[in-house]
Amino acid sequence: MGSSALKHNSPKSPRQTRSIAPFLLTFFILFGIWLLLSGRFDGLHISLGVISCLIVAFLSSDLLFTSSETKGMTVTWLRFLRYIPWLLHQVFLANIHVLYLTFHPRMMDLIDPEIIRFRSKLKSNISLLTFANSITLTPGTITVYVSVYGDFQVHAIDKPSGRPLPGEMEERVGRIFSE
Amino acid sequence: MDNLFLYFGIFLSLIMGLSLYRALFGPTVLDRMVGVNAIGSKTTALLVVIGLLYHRVNMFVDIALAYAMLNFIAVLASSRYFQKKKNLHEEIGRK
Amino acid sequence: MNIIVIIFLVLGLIFFTGGSVGIIRFPDFYSRLHPAGKLDTTGLLMTMLAAALYTIQDFSTESLLTGLKIMLIVVFVFITGPTATHAIVDAGIRAGLRPWTKKEKAD
Repeated sequence: MGSSALKHNSPKSPRQTRSIAPFLLTFFILFGIWLLLSGRFDGLHISLGVISCLIVAFLSSDLLFTSSETKGMTVTWLRFLRYIPWLLHQVFLANIHVLYLTFHPRMMDLIDPEIIRFRSKLKSNISLLTFANSITLTPGTITVYVSVYGDFQVHAIDKPSGRPLPGEMEERVGRIFSE
Repeated sequence: MDNLFLYFGIFLSLIMGLSLYRALFGPTVLDRMVGVNAIGSKTTALLVVIGLLYHRVNMFVDIALAYAMLNFIAVLASSRYFQKKKNLHEEIGRK
Repeated sequence: MNIIVIIFLVLGLIFFTGGSVGIIRFPDFYSRLHPAGKLDTTGLLMTMLAAALYTIQDFSTESLLTGLKIMLIVVFVFITGPTATHAIVDAGIRAGLRPWTKKEKAD
């Protein structure tokens, strides 16, 4: 769902307006993963890592960060980090619900699968992607289809799982990306 | 503690047998894919537990990471392949 | 510390069992994805937390790196799990499978 939506209306970014910040950010993420995976801190391995991370970051920095504006990025990341504990809490509550459904002897009477359609207020691609992934991560609901304009189709396993949509989660995602 | 990890691994393998039922006898191709995906995610956990058993976690964790990536790519590739097949639909009708 | 590790292991085992039983019990392909995709992800999170705690117990640089790698697996699975689930659902929708509902059973 992410790649097609991102490709659809990515902002036109000519070569001359490309700033250095996405390149540096990509490089540091890649180099952190390199250090974590290699686990050797002598000169040869670190220099090899720097060279290969530079090449990959130069080739693919516009894949990871598609928008060219970078001024509010740190604030967005901080708000995103604050969103994760709430999401984990929701995931845990909903997991226990699905676990209860699974082991219930009369499960066929309890479940009532249906497809919910609604239109989201969110506009930008990255917030739609985050919202759709959050819905899928919460058990009991799976995002079936998202359009670029924010039309959602969600498969919910029973009535209580589908009722709180879009609701609070949409507002929180919107607050992250300040929409 | 080693015994506990051993029992955990054995129980996890039995649970994987349950998922294997869906992978073998699933009514449609997509059901089989769900079963295979579930087995794959349990294998990732089983690999780390095997590493704890043999006291070689630093080696087995790399294998587990590579296995998680392979599992993801296999699911993506097979679902992209099977969505063009029309006989998914017929298999439901024949049943 | 060992007690926390055991609690996390048992929780992970419960979630994994729920995922496998759910795959067998639920009526159709779309509802089978609910336990398969997400209960397994949470079970993996619990098991990996236990493994990371057990690894970090004898503290050194190497064990810290290994624990971080184990948590990297969790992050990776949390990013790719919804994508894989969505890919399977998308394949089902495009192949034209109808979701099972209560009303069809009543007919």
